[in-house]
Amino acid sequence: MSAIQIIPLNWYVTLSAILFALGVLGVLYRRNAIIILMCIELMLNAVTLLLVAFSAHHSDPTAQVFVFFIMAVAAAEVAVGLAILMMIYRNTKSIDIDILNKLKG
Amino acid sequence: MIQLAWLIPILPLIGFLVIGLGGKKLSKKLVSFIGCGTVLGAFILSATIFFQLNGSSTVVKLADWINVGKLNVGFSFLIDPLAVVFMLIITGVGFLIHVYSIGYMKDDEKYDRFFAYLNLFIFFMLFLVMGDNYIVMFVGWEGVGLCSYLLIGFWFKNTEYNNAAKKAFIVNRIGDLGFLLGIILIYVTSNSLNFDAVFLHVHNNASNKEIYNLIGILLFIGACGKSAQIPLYTWLPDAMAGPTPVSALIHAATMVTAGVYMIARSAVIFVNAPIASEVIAIVGVSTALLAATIGLFQNDIKKVLAYSTVSQLGYMFLGLGVGAFTGGVFHVMTHAFFKALLFLGAGSVIHAMSGEQDIRKMGGLKKALPITHITFLIATIAISGIPPFSGFFSKDEILAHAYNHNKIYWMLGIIGSMLTAFYMFRLYFLTFHGGFRGTGEQKHHLHESPKSMTIPLVVLAVLAAGAGLLGIPNVHQHLFHEFLHPAFKSASVWIDDAPKHFSMDEGRLMFLAVLAASAAIYTAWLLYKKNNLVPIQNEIAISKFQKIVARKYYVDEFYDAAIRKPIDWISEKSYMFIELRIIDALVNALGNVVKWAAGLFRLAQSGSVGFYMFAMTIAVLAMLFVKLF
Amino acid sequence: MTHITITQIMFCVLSLIAITSAALLIFSKSPIHSVLYLIVTFFAIAGHYILLNAQFLAVVHVIVYAGAIMVLFLFVIMMLNLNKETETHKPMWIQLMAVLAGGAMLVTLVGVLKGAEQMNLKQANDVNIGLVNNLGLVLFNDFLVPFELSSILFLAAMVGSVMLGKKTIS
Repeated sequence: MSAIQIIPLNWYVTLSAILFALGVLGVLYRRNAIIILMCIELMLNAVTLLLVAFSAHHSDPTAQVFVFFIMAVAAAEVAVGLAILMMIYRNTKSIDIDILNKLKG
Repeated sequence: MIQLAWLIPILPLIGFLVIGLGGKKLSKKLVSFIGCGTVLGAFILSATIFFQLNGSSTVVKLADWINVGKLNVGFSFLIDPLAVVFMLIITGVGFLIHVYSIGYMKDDEKYDRFFAYLNLFIFFMLFLVMGDNYIVMFVGWEGVGLCSYLLIGFWFKNTEYNNAAKKAFIVNRIGDLGFLLGIILIYVTSNSLNFDAVFLHVHNNASNKEIYNLIGILLFIGACGKSAQIPLYTWLPDAMAGPTPVSALIHAATMVTAGVYMIARSAVIFVNAPIASEVIAIVGVSTALLAATIGLFQNDIKKVLAYSTVSQLGYMFLGLGVGAFTGGVFHVMTHAFFKALLFLGAGSVIHAMSGEQDIRKMGGLKKALPITHITFLIATIAISGIPPFSGFFSKDEILAHAYNHNKIYWMLGIIGSMLTAFYMFRLYFLTFHGGFRGTGEQKHHLHESPKSMTIPLVVLAVLAAGAGLLGIPNVHQHLFHEFLHPAFKSASVWIDDAPKHFSMDEGRLMFLAVLAASAAIYTAWLLYKKNNLVPIQNEIAISKFQKIVARKYYVDEFYDAAIRKPIDWISEKSYMFIELRIIDALVNALGNVVKWAAGLFRLAQSGSVGFYMFAMTIAVLAMLFVKLF
Repeated sequence: MTHITITQIMFCVLSLIAITSAALLIFSKSPIHSVLYLIVTFFAIAGHYILLNAQFLAVVHVIVYAGAIMVLFLFVIMMLNLNKETETHKPMWIQLMAVLAGGAMLVTLVGVLKGAEQMNLKQANDVNIGLVNNLGLVLFNDFLVPFELSSILFLAAMVGSVMLGKKTIS
């Protein structure tokens, strides 16, 4: 028996919301750029979890395919994001985001 | 041939364009040829039309112009006796003055520009008198004002001359405001601006006297500005700063008579506006007297002639005011001849005296300048109103009508006539008789003017002497009146402007006039020829009254204090309070508000990534919140 | 609430592991520790996928995320020697605001998605949609174009990261 027939959808929603909120908190809380990127990954994962839960609930594979693509995009994004991070480190010898304020208006 | 009338103003316009644009490259001879040739061509055309006219009145339409609602104004010309008279005067006298300028301006480096401006002036003046409606007349009106400005300030390197030119233009403009208001009222009452339609309307609604009085006074204000009547006459004496041909053409023969033309043309309105006509007569006779008194004490040859012009214009307006329309126009014609002659003669004298204009430094010039002397004498006799020269006939006709209207006007006119004779002969005697009072070097340079200057003098002298023949009442048919009368057909139903028969009354008046003038001439002869009186060089010893008159009754100073100073004060206060404190503050405040708002928005660009992420979160929250509720 | 099945216990355990690791990830001092905690979270989520019978996704999740992405993170941390603790924390008020924002986000999300279940309450009919062959059929029939396009996406990402990562010769 699939879990979705036993566990109400609400619980998955709550779980996903908690993980997402934790991701947001992490993004706003930390100064280290790498940690921030990881929290972004966490947010993405929360969303994919919810999508899979809904897919199982509606018996619709479209959502799972969508999760597939989200994963692909996440991978690409991490690759490019880390490359940018490396360039920042090379220029400023630090990955603290609070010192990157040269575009101050 | 009448259909070709549109060529008449176009010829001088072409002359202006050719000389104005290409004058630097053309030789002086070619410039003179084109300049005089165009005016001569216009004169020949006008003369041809004159012979073909037969009292008819034709409208020659050149092009459509304004076509808005009920207003339909075209570039069209009205060829009738009144217009033809003025056309002949303008082109004829204009041509003679052009020829004169060849000699007078020979050494001027801006020779071509002078002829260009003269041609432009002839164009505008012809436009003014040939127009079929008030708008074309107004275009010509403004145009001659412009040319007057350009020509008075011709020697623009001198600031005083520039100020004189500005004064002329500005005083003219004040009159033009009245003229424009009059035109607007005419449109409002008769729904058209074409002469035919307007006069027909006035003819049919003759009972509406109040509005016609108002229109008449407004039009007369315009005429005051252009024709130098009280209170807008102060520009004319200062306008003598221009070259003498300019003074002759513009300020004697043509432009200053534009006001007379305008009122003569609008005769139908004025015969239905008794108050306005009265005002014109009063102002005219007052101006005649005032200017004559000032002329008594002037010592600059051109200034005397300038005040004489103002005075004679006063006579013309007196004539128009009492209903002698043909008389007024007749006086315009004779005045054009002898005044132009006087000015050109004065120019000849100034030329001979190497630029000296003060008559106290002249004297005994009759031997050195024979032709100038004779022609000047003829003109002086003409202006004093001695028969058989032309001035007598025209002035007499005006005075006769004035006598019929109001004996006081006649009395004042006779006094003015005496003063005119007196100061003109004073001028003549001081200039041409007695011993030479100038410097030795001037004496050395005394010479008669070249032929290009003396031939026009002679022609004008003949005209000044003989033109009176056109106006002798009833010995001959009054030719001038017969010619001009059809133009005033619609007006003459109300007034009787036919010259009187040679009745006993009229004969007595003529005799009195001649007696008065002769007495004045005798006095002048006594003072200036026999006793060799010379006006005092400095002014310490003269009486207080004489000083006031010599200083032109301080009118200019009065205008300065009463009008210019308050306006300056208002302008300065407006600048300080309204311009700086209100308008500038408002505009600056607007800019400052934008700057402040931008500064406020700039705070969002803190540059810190953490802040941006925070902002994003808040935005998403807000969106979700809105969806929730 | 009478009978607690094994599935519910599994769900609660996995959820606890996921949430704890996430919290520890945020508040840990060393970046390497954070990476490890994230890997644990990924495994927990993979467990959830298996519970929901999305088998293919679970495996792919572990391979891609824990196998590739986290390894990448570790590479970068170790290459740039970023294992030091962060020197300074953000000011206290910013931390407070962060917590508040996170909490508000949580509440809002739950509120927004609360009514989701009351819509079509249909029974989960087909439990086999997560299997490889079923998913593959859907992927290559209905979503072929996005599938191909994602390859271009990867190409762009590759080119981008190589270009960004090159040392400029000055």
